[in-house]
Amino acid sequence: MPFSTETQARAKEIVGRYPVGKERSALLPLLHLVQSEQGYVSPEGISFCAEQLGITRAQVAAVASFYTMYKRRPTGEWLVSVCTNTMCGVLGGDKTFATLSEHLGVGHDETTEDGKITLEHTECLAACDYAPVMTVNYEFFDNVQADEAMALVRQLQEGQRPSPSRGAALCPLKVMSIQLAGFSDDRPEALEGGGPGGPTLAGNRLAEQYGISVAGFDPATPIPSQADREAKK
Amino acid sequence: MTAPSKEALAKLTPVLTKRWLAPDAWTLKGYERLDGYTALRKALKAHPDDLIALVKESGLRGRGGAGFPTGMKWGFIPQNDGKPHYLVVNADEGEPGTCKDLPLMMADPHSLIEGAIIACYAIRAEAAYIYVRGEAVHAARRLRNAVGEARAAGYVGQNILDSGVNVEIVVHSGAGAYICGEETALLDSLEGYRGQPRLRPPFPATHGLYASPTVVNNVETIASVPYIVLGGAGWFRTMGTEKSPGPKIYSISGRVNNPGQYECSLGITLRQLIELAGGMQPGHQLKFWTPGGSSTPMLTDEHLDAPLDFEGMQGVGTMLGTTAVQIFSDQDDVVYATYRWIEFYHHESCGKCTPCREGNYWMVQILHRILAGKGTHEDLDTLLDVCDNLLGRSFCALGDGAASPVQSSIKFFKQDYLDYIEGRRAPMLPPAELVGAH
Repeated sequence: MPFSTETQARAKEIVGRYPVGKERSALLPLLHLVQSEQGYVSPEGISFCAEQLGITRAQVAAVASFYTMYKRRPTGEWLVSVCTNTMCGVLGGDKTFATLSEHLGVGHDETTEDGKITLEHTECLAACDYAPVMTVNYEFFDNVQADEAMALVRQLQEGQRPSPSRGAALCPLKVMSIQLAGFSDDRPEALEGGGPGGPTLAGNRLAEQYGISVAGFDPATPIPSQADREAKK
Repeated sequence: MTAPSKEALAKLTPVLTKRWLAPDAWTLKGYERLDGYTALRKALKAHPDDLIALVKESGLRGRGGAGFPTGMKWGFIPQNDGKPHYLVVNADEGEPGTCKDLPLMMADPHSLIEGAIIACYAIRAEAAYIYVRGEAVHAARRLRNAVGEARAAGYVGQNILDSGVNVEIVVHSGAGAYICGEETALLDSLEGYRGQPRLRPPFPATHGLYASPTVVNNVETIASVPYIVLGGAGWFRTMGTEKSPGPKIYSISGRVNNPGQYECSLGITLRQLIELAGGMQPGHQLKFWTPGGSSTPMLTDEHLDAPLDFEGMQGVGTMLGTTAVQIFSDQDDVVYATYRWIEFYHHESCGKCTPCREGNYWMVQILHRILAGKGTHEDLDTLLDVCDNLLGRSFCALGDGAASPVQSSIKFFKQDYLDYIEGRRAPMLPPAELVGAH
C-alpha cells in the first residue's frame, strides 16, 4: 500500500462521517484525500478508495473521471486556473489565459516541464462581481488582467507566494486537498485572511451612506401556533 | 456618476447581508454579539409544524433559481414515516453570473448553520449536509470552522440547548461539476456517484438522499429562515411583492461602475439596480443582460423597467433564476458571448441524455463556424432546431438552460449573427479552436 498511515487514518475518519451502510458518500472526499498524497488520482489511488469502501475499481474510476477537480495526471505544486466563462472572458480572462499559456509554454490542463505549474481555464468561479478572476490552488485573485497575472505567475516561478485577494495564504495543492477532503485548515491565520472586498459590500455601503435600514423588525414577534392560526380564520 | 434616485435607494433592504459589514461576523463570538442563534432559541420553543406554517406564510420562495415555495417543500416531507429525514443545503454555486452564496458563507457562515438547524427541527431531520462547491475552499474553510464552533457551543450535535433535539451537520466539498447544482444530481454526487440527475417522480421529498425524505434548499433560502423566525411572516412580506415576497441578494456584474452584491426588495427593476451600481461604465451602452444567470433567456434595453421578480421576469419571456444580473454593452459581442456559454454547457453536460450531450456538442461547432466567418443562413435554423430538441426534452434544467442564450440571442440580435454570416463583420475566431474551447 503506497499510502501513509496518516492518510489511512484520515480515510477512516472520512468514512465515519456518513451513516452506516451509506459509506459510499465518502468517495468524493476520499478522492480528494488520495490527491493530497499523490497530486492526482493514480491507479493506486483508485485501488485505495475501492478498498476503503468495498466497491470496485471501475466504480471508483467512473466517478473520478466525471469531476474536473480530480486530475488524471500528476499536477504541479501550483494549479493556476483562469476563468474564461463569458463575463470573465470578455473582461480580460481570454487574453490572460492566452498570455499565460504562451509564457509557460503549456496549454489547458498541462504542466510545465519543471513540474511546478499546471495551467487550466475554468468555467464560472462564482465571483463575477470581481471579474476577471483567476485562482491559484483555488484561492482567488480578483480583477486580474493579463499583465498582473504574468507578474503573479513569475512570483510563483521564483518561489514566492503571492497573497490572494480573499481567503488564506497560498498552500501547496496537496495540502489544499486535505481541506477538500473535509479537514480543517490548521494554520491559525488561515481563517482570518481576506475580508470581504468592495463588491461584496457594495449594497451595504450604499445603505450605510444613505442611512437605509429595514423597518419594523421585532425579534419578539410571536410564532403563531395552530390555535392562533385557526382563531384568525 | 450620478447618485441613485430615491426610488432606487428605497429598494435597498439589507437583511441577510447586513452582518457582512462586521469584520468578525464569521466567528461565533461576533455572530452571537450580533444576535446570532437567538432565532434558534426561539424556534426550539415552537412546534415544528408551526415553523413550517410560518415559512409558508412568509411566502419565502427558493433562492436557487426555481423559486419553489419553501414552506410547501418542507410540508411535503412525510411525518411519522419511520424513516430518517435529511436536509441538504445546495451550496454548489456555479450558474454563470451567480456569486451571492459564497460571500454569504464567507462573511456570515453561522447564519446558514442556524437556518439549517431550524429547518432540520421543522422537518424532523437529524442530519444536514452542506454540499459546497469544491473550488470554493475559502468559503468551505470558514463554514467548517463555524460548524466546529457551533458544535462546541452546543448549537449543533446531540440535545441542542437542552431541547432534546439532535442535528449533525457535515460540510461536504464537491469536485468541480456544475451539474451538481441540480438537486437530484447533487444527491447522487453526495451518495458517491457521478453527478447525474435522477428521473422525477419520485421527488426528493419522499425519495431523496439515501431514498429517504429530503429537503434540498439553496444557501440563501436557508439563511433567510432565522430572520423570518425572528421578525415574523408579516414583516418579511413588507419587502418584495405579494407573490415574490422578501429581500433578495442581486449580484450585478459586468459593464457597470460598481459591480457587487445588492440586497433589494424583490421586484426592483434593472434601471434601478443599475442606478444603485453607479450606472453604466463610461462609454458603454446597455445591450444585453441576463436576469438570473446564463440559463435565463437574455433581455435587452427594452426591458429596463420589468420587475426583477418571479412573475415579472416570466412576463417578459425569461426567468428570475438566481438574480445573477450580468450586464453587457454595445462593445460586447453577443454571438461570442453565446458561444462561450454554449461551450460551458457542452463542458458541463453530464452526458446522461442525448439532447443535451449531442445538442451542445453540435451547437458549439456551429457557433464556432459562424464566428470564424464560415457560417450559413441554415446554421441559424439548425441552432433553433437543436434548441427545440433541448428545451423540454432534456433530462434536467441544464439542457433547458442551454437553449436560453441561443434562442434569446437569435430572437433579439439576429442581425449580429447575419453580420458574421454575410461577411459584414470580420471573423472573430480563427478556424482552429480558440482559448476556452474544450
